[in-house]
Amino acid sequence: MWKARISVPSKVSPGTAVTVKTLIAHPMETGFRRDAIGAAIPRDILTRFEARFMDEFVFGADLHPGIAANPYLSFEFVPPASGTLALMWRDQRGQEVRETLSIEIAAT
Amino acid sequence: MRCLLLFCVLPGVVACHMPEGSEPRATDVSQSPVLPLSGLEFQSVDVQQLQADDFANPGMLWVDRGAALWTVAEDDRSCADCHGEAERSLRGAAASLPRVRDGQLVNLEGQINRCRERQGRADLAYDSEMMLALSAYVAHQSRGMPRSVAISGDAQPFWARGRDYFYARRGQLDLACAHCHESYVGRQLRGDRLSQGQSNGYPLYRLEWQGLGSLHRRLQFCNTGVRAQPFAAGAQPYLDLELYLAWRGAGLSVEAPAVRR
Repeated sequence: MWKARISVPSKVSPGTAVTVKTLIAHPMETGFRRDAIGAAIPRDILTRFEARFMDEFVFGADLHPGIAANPYLSFEFVPPASGTLALMWRDQRGQEVRETLSIEIAAT
Repeated sequence: MRCLLLFCVLPGVVACHMPEGSEPRATDVSQSPVLPLSGLEFQSVDVQQLQADDFANPGMLWVDRGAALWTVAEDDRSCADCHGEAERSLRGAAASLPRVRDGQLVNLEGQINRCRERQGRADLAYDSEMMLALSAYVAHQSRGMPRSVAISGDAQPFWARGRDYFYARRGQLDLACAHCHESYVGRQLRGDRLSQGQSNGYPLYRLEWQGLGSLHRRLQFCNTGVRAQPFAAGAQPYLDLELYLAWRGAGLSVEAPAVRR
């Protein structure tokens, strides 16, 4: 799988919400389609997305065949302190893509 | 006197019996037959916003991929070894394609393959993930720049064939490109508004494809739509048409990677 695109503000004021935006390349093949000769195209989807900040769960999503290719997921949370955010996408076979990024709370 | 009157009236009568736009033809070759409007103008607001947002635009996944491939060496040599930083060296390069090189009309995909051939590498297929990534990355370096292609000299015969293709009826539906994209621009075709068929956003992300695709893939799709036999991607009629379309939309900004429905 390709590298995901992730966007977070580089500096965050204390006590304010951070918007995390993610975009990952994935075909999200539904399993309901057929190819040119009528053979079923097997399902190939991501089934789970999770975000943890310093090992604490902050956001999760179950993905299903109705979700379009290259899923875009965005969420907000309030980081209690500077730290690392770990993102994980898991496909139906259990393969995982992991990305980590640091979020820094700006001193006021 | 009566003879004179007849001459005055006749053109009017003829015009009445010709259904408007039934047989469009390019008459003026000195300038584009249309005031160019990007296909973006014909999209819904949410699609326009998706394209405008550099983060959410899914085509940027391929641009990222192309940027990564740019510095990956094959046989000890990467694109960057010759071209350096694409942001500077290839700024504007895609805006003047296709152009004639050694008697052949070469588009962006063709130029990438010519480059690869010089380095002794195998051609990349149209719409292979690697070709899409590289073509999206290179085209993206010209984003915002007006397109301008040369159609004189060597290029003239290619341009003329492209124009003839645009105005020739084809397929079981017996329609020319011009019927939809010139005579009926702005009208509804099922769920879509007919655009001018401009090519300034390619390679682009089509929501229907759920992926990025080349102009030639789109032309195949158009051919299939009028129930004509499509050509292979990279075929000469498509290259000629690509030149004509680029000229027809001269001045439109490169949008790659654009987003369309």
